[in-house]
Amino acid sequence: MSLFSKENREAFLSPLWKNNPVTMQVLGICSALAVTVKLEPALVMGISVTIIVAMANLVISLLRNTIPNRIRIIVQLVVVAALVTIVSECLKAFAYDVSVQLSVYVGLIITNCILMGRLEAFAMANGPWSSFLDGLGNGFGYASILVVVAFVRELFSAGTLLGFKVIPDCVYDFGYMNNGLMLMPPMALVLLGCIIWYQRAKNPELND
Amino acid sequence: MNTNSNTYTIVYASVMVIIVAFLLAFVSSSLKDKQNENVALDKKKQILSSLNVETKGADVADLYSKIVLKEEILAADGSVKAETGAFDVDSKVENAKSLEERNLPLFVCQIEGATKYVLPVYGAGLWGPIWGYVALNDDKSTVYGVYFSHAGETPGLGAEITSAAFVNQFTATPKHITRDGEFTSIAIVKPGKIDETRDYVNGISGGTITSQGVDAMLQSSLGQYVNFLKQ
Repeated sequence: MSLFSKENREAFLSPLWKNNPVTMQVLGICSALAVTVKLEPALVMGISVTIIVAMANLVISLLRNTIPNRIRIIVQLVVVAALVTIVSECLKAFAYDVSVQLSVYVGLIITNCILMGRLEAFAMANGPWSSFLDGLGNGFGYASILVVVAFVRELFSAGTLLGFKVIPDCVYDFGYMNNGLMLMPPMALVLLGCIIWYQRAKNPELND
Repeated sequence: MNTNSNTYTIVYASVMVIIVAFLLAFVSSSLKDKQNENVALDKKKQILSSLNVETKGADVADLYSKIVLKEEILAADGSVKAETGAFDVDSKVENAKSLEERNLPLFVCQIEGATKYVLPVYGAGLWGPIWGYVALNDDKSTVYGVYFSHAGETPGLGAEITSAAFVNQFTATPKHITRDGEFTSIAIVKPGKIDETRDYVNGISGGTITSQGVDAMLQSSLGQYVNFLKQ
């Protein structure tokens, strides 16, 4: 099997849109609600999850034939937790500012359902290379949804993007106001609903 | 090999746990020094930032040693317990003691020839600890600058206590932590409300519990220094 065979390309590309982890597989919804008030944490969370899900997929895929079936979930959890801890320790030592900014999010990656979902559904049954690609694809798919939701929420709740003011003061002078509702988690769910609506309207074959 | 047998499962689990434990222990101990260094440097940055000193790109350790003249430890009656060691005092540990036994850190600093006092504050937000530093002018009442940080407040809501918009309220018009010689602290009020009895700043909309936490933190942490402030 060549490195970029049809299956491998499919493993990487399909989670980006048609089989997106958030909108189609319904994985990782909780963090999509929690870390999308601002664009910056959403970006960092997306990148961290991508790295960790790809690495975890790789490790589990390499071990998949040795893992006893009855404790496979525990093994997966241990691998994920160890990876997350190592990443967080390294951040503290070499990029302290970033780790302060991320604070609790790094730890929360362990509980992200995408990780367990992909390990169980893909890495346990496929080779290391395609598992790695699957991890990257799902990570990016997850990150893209987070970024879209965070973009809308930060823009309308604070008038800023990545902390920079984008809505000029003169607009406020005309009576425009920031939308406080955008700060609340339910708005993320509404936005997510809109994305899913758009996705299914464009791709009728996705409907059950 | 039968990967479903009991023996295999138990051996597999044990070996895995041992390997992971060694790996994590190794990573943790080999990075420990570097992490502690970062934590100390970050604390210096926080103290400097309460004094409105720009630390971006600067040599923080060097700047700190120039600005902070003394790191004293005070007793609750306002007397000096020790001339050094304030930097290593852990507010969390001190808060567990009774007021008489506490070591109260005081950083005596000098900015452009004027003496400033930096007092650490420590309290609880909505999800975890919040802390900060309050810099006072030499009248021991007028706020020169403040710095707040938090462990895990909600971004966009409680976490806004670190934002310039919130922090600048303490210095935009001079705020005082005493009125007529009596300690009053500074109130954090709901935006639009006023407090007649003491100086106040607006809290964060949507971050009510964190705002109340800052109010309580200022009251209790600065309140410990009441005898020092009267001197």
